[in-house]
Amino acid sequence: MGYRRIKSSLDPGHYFMQGDEALAEGAISAGCRFFAGYPITPASEIMNRIVQRFPQVQGKFIQMEDELSSIAAVIGAAWTGMKAMTATSGPGFSLMMENIGYAVATETPCVIADIQRVGPATGQATRVGSGDIMQAKWGSHGDYQIIALSPWSVQEMYDAAVRAFNLSERFRVPVIILGDAAVGHIWETLEVPADLTVFEREKKPGAPPFGTPEEDGVPPMPSLGDGENLIISGSTHDGFGYKKNEDGAVNERLVNRLSQKILRHAEEIWEVEAHDLDDSEVVIIAYGFVARSALRAVHELRQEGKKVGLLRLKTLWPFPEKTIRDLSGRCGTFLVPEMNLGQVVREVQRVARSARVESLNQIDGEPIYPQKIIRAMKGLLS
Amino acid sequence: MNKKYFSYMRPERYPHRLCPGCGHGIVQGAVIRALSEMETPLKELVLVAGIGCAGNITNMYIKADTIHVTHGRPLAFATGIKIANPQLNLLVISGDGDLASIGGNHLIHSARRNVDLTVVCANNGLYGTTGGQLAATTPLGAITSTTPQGNQEPPFDLCHLVAGAGGSYVARSSVAHPVHLIKTIKRAFSHKGFSFVDVISICPVQYGRRNHFRTPGEMIQWLRKNTIPKEKARTLSREERQGKIIMGEFCTEGDRTWTGDLST
Repeated sequence: MGYRRIKSSLDPGHYFMQGDEALAEGAISAGCRFFAGYPITPASEIMNRIVQRFPQVQGKFIQMEDELSSIAAVIGAAWTGMKAMTATSGPGFSLMMENIGYAVATETPCVIADIQRVGPATGQATRVGSGDIMQAKWGSHGDYQIIALSPWSVQEMYDAAVRAFNLSERFRVPVIILGDAAVGHIWETLEVPADLTVFEREKKPGAPPFGTPEEDGVPPMPSLGDGENLIISGSTHDGFGYKKNEDGAVNERLVNRLSQKILRHAEEIWEVEAHDLDDSEVVIIAYGFVARSALRAVHELRQEGKKVGLLRLKTLWPFPEKTIRDLSGRCGTFLVPEMNLGQVVREVQRVARSARVESLNQIDGEPIYPQKIIRAMKGLLS
Repeated sequence: MNKKYFSYMRPERYPHRLCPGCGHGIVQGAVIRALSEMETPLKELVLVAGIGCAGNITNMYIKADTIHVTHGRPLAFATGIKIANPQLNLLVISGDGDLASIGGNHLIHSARRNVDLTVVCANNGLYGTTGGQLAATTPLGAITSTTPQGNQEPPFDLCHLVAGAGGSYVARSSVAHPVHLIKTIKRAFSHKGFSFVDVISICPVQYGRRNHFRTPGEMIQWLRKNTIPKEKARTLSREERQGKIIMGEFCTEGDRTWTGDLST
């Protein structure tokens, strides 16, 4: 198995679609056939679209009693061999955290779409924010690595869903799509290609489902009902899943491998997009919806002859540090605009130690518009 | 012991981790006997275990696919598994704290949906693993580590709770009645729909010692004396039923079941 080309389940062509719906379509194209969810603004349209489309593809849907049970049902379904996902926003994402850690520990592939709204707490349900970036990485207890993607358009909501399932199956890890209310609710053109690449789960009967000889390996994954007498446990376990509650060496080996299987393959996971970086003196590092404003700002400043560029992060976790470290050797100043009080900027500061790193924050529930970025850039250029 | 039971066990994992005198060992024995006597196909069996002492009834000892999940969520995981693959037979074994307190919402909603799975609730009336704290099932007046003066909160009657929420097979048995227990587990497991068995278990270490039971045997004797069959309970007055544990089948409703399959 592994990567293979398949025909798109949606007829190829151009569609006019909402971001949340495009995400649902991308998931279906990638082979998602199980969805459990709980209503929440601004993510509900994903579930609504799934409900409309699943009967056509023999998908299984259940609306659960809360977000705790939604992610639990998704993990359970994933162990029957299905590609499974849920979708939520901040408050529900918080509730899912314990079971996301369980999915990490049991190496369960699953996809969680977090369509961010401004928080904390109930915040402003219909308005945009990106305050969950650090939560996506650190929200569950203990040490672990996950993968998080940051789409900026309707097209990328579709693409990110496909990629999220592929990475999730490839690395046996939860993948989080960090959308936001703006990219979730915007309507744009979506181009659906005739075929796409998907990753199908590797099976190897009799092999340990939770261990590999390599320190950074991804074990094959059997399903419930395969006759393998599986033991799946969130407790520290050996290669066959048997609990090892009091053996420190087993915990060290397991937790290190869970991290290394992501970190040592980071270059396969990182996706960034460079705009006008070659001669830039000041570079914007942006992600998600705000990157659209950043790109507009770069175009306008370039027309005025300013040497500015944009590095757009399509992958947020694992953090694309190599690209930024390399860039920091060539460029003296970074501006990181974010719809939060400064989250990714801390990662940039950590990585680009020699560069000047400035933050531009906004938490009023509106996207950051190009003019605000242009003003901040001019301040840094002068 | 009947040799055929061994094919349902992972003998190399024994001795088990339960305390001496723990009632949960009797629950484990009853589950293994019931599965074996019904000749349940192991390949289609999925055991779902929660957190706590009762999680150790299944986890690692019974030779079938086993998923040991987060605290309170076994029914949510089981619902996902059953809907994703209705061919699998789900047996959820966990404790009263896991199923009825932290997981209470999933208990009532699984019962409401009448998801086709079986729950064996090993009900020892407190949180054993963490040191004997009050549970939603602790009897009135009982001393636990968090109710040193005696419990003032009325407990759940789990059978009434589950039947009220829509469970279609609801029964109570106890570890002092192993033959009845095996029979009840078999009836529950062969029922199509949400089946729930409230198994009154004993915790000599955390409960017995604090509540004047000198030995596990005394607790078993107490259970035998204080349980009455449902049929007999009907003939008693409210006062006479006070403090008694009523055993039997409370609900055996037909075949109304649901696996959430919108595609068919």
